[in-house]
Amino acid sequence: MNQILTYSVYGSAILVMLIGIYAVLTKKNLIKIVIGLSIMDSGFNLLLVALGYIKGGTAPIFSPAVAGKDVLMVDPVPQALVLTAIVIGFGVTAVALSLVIRLYRKHNTIKIDEIKTLKW
Amino acid sequence: MKKLVIISLLLVLGYSLMNTFSDIEFGKKREGISSYFLEHSPDDLQVANTVTAIVVSFRGFDTLGEVTVLFLAATAMGTILFRRRSKHTGLNPQRKSPQASRIVQAAGKLLFPAIMILGAYVFIHGHLTPGGGFQGGAIIATGFLLLLISYRQFKVEHKYVTWIESLAGLSFVTIGLLGMILGPHNSFLENFLNVGSLNDLLSGGVIALVYIAVGFKVGAELTGILDTLINIRETGDID
Amino acid sequence: MIGAAIYAIITKDLIFATIGTSLISLALSVIFYLLHAPDVALTEAAIGVALSTIVFVIAVRNTKRYEED
Repeated sequence: MNQILTYSVYGSAILVMLIGIYAVLTKKNLIKIVIGLSIMDSGFNLLLVALGYIKGGTAPIFSPAVAGKDVLMVDPVPQALVLTAIVIGFGVTAVALSLVIRLYRKHNTIKIDEIKTLKW
Repeated sequence: MKKLVIISLLLVLGYSLMNTFSDIEFGKKREGISSYFLEHSPDDLQVANTVTAIVVSFRGFDTLGEVTVLFLAATAMGTILFRRRSKHTGLNPQRKSPQASRIVQAAGKLLFPAIMILGAYVFIHGHLTPGGGFQGGAIIATGFLLLLISYRQFKVEHKYVTWIESLAGLSFVTIGLLGMILGPHNSFLENFLNVGSLNDLLSGGVIALVYIAVGFKVGAELTGILDTLINIRETGDID
Repeated sequence: MIGAAIYAIITKDLIFATIGTSLISLALSVIFYLLHAPDVALTEAAIGVALSTIVFVIAVRNTKRYEED
């Protein structure tokens, strides 16, 4: 039972990541590429948080209900990592999209094939 | 053909990743650094929310770097999208977005104070309840976004945004340096205030102060990013 | 969530693709909550669902809406 759960949870996270990588590799539209990057980000965040999950644990907050008692808590380290990763991901997305807008103004297209100056 | 090659490569990648991660059983208790954090966060720092304790105190230097990255992103966007005002092209009539409807405007006016209070609550209580500076800042930016999309003439003064951001960043660094001088171990972001007791609003010493500074900084940065983007749309013209 | 990801990739209308990413974020924040990570769920809900979507929408409005082959 636990084996099935392990495979399904990690498998879905890795599948979302692979969908994102596929979009980055095959799509021609620049905005689609940025969407692929953002999907990849989501998949990886899910994978990290799922690694820290402990069965039967509670959220790592010592609220009055659990303070002083001996309770099992989920791993807080991946959560702190993912917290920063989400904010950084938003910054990356915003900068990438502003680059896309700038490229559109210069070349009047957002297909990579038609932007000739990127080739050498 | 190319797609087939890519899909097969991705399958290989996915298989190898799956092989790596399937050794780690899902939902099993593991010993590691987390047990140290879970013990020391409520005892030494009197912070109820362990994630906050990790983000601000144990890995506080990392958070400072992250806030810097966000600041760099905002600055880079301003640099990339900057364009000199040409004399003959004012607003392009085709690109002019219509005024939002009256319902949206009224709802925006109604919701804006509530969203502000929610954001402030989230980052002031960051050490007690889930939430903190990043979440509160993002919620505050959402409130400004609501005003920005409902009123065309609403403008965020970049001067004040920059001031708030700089002051918040400076107070973060100042608190860290004060910890170096006054703290018992002389390390960066060391706690030098009374830690109080668990689940009190005034607990955790400097952690609450640092997270409030982070909240102001993130809110100002995200508002600046959104304002830059929306104003680009208003004056955006193709030449 | 996987369905939303696939939809966001295959659709030609970029606004719909943006809504697809927003749906991914929404599902992801619910999953984070179920995995006992309320901090991360709050961040994902605020940033992924609201701010990220609006940034994509602004970018699509500044460029072209439809993706052509």
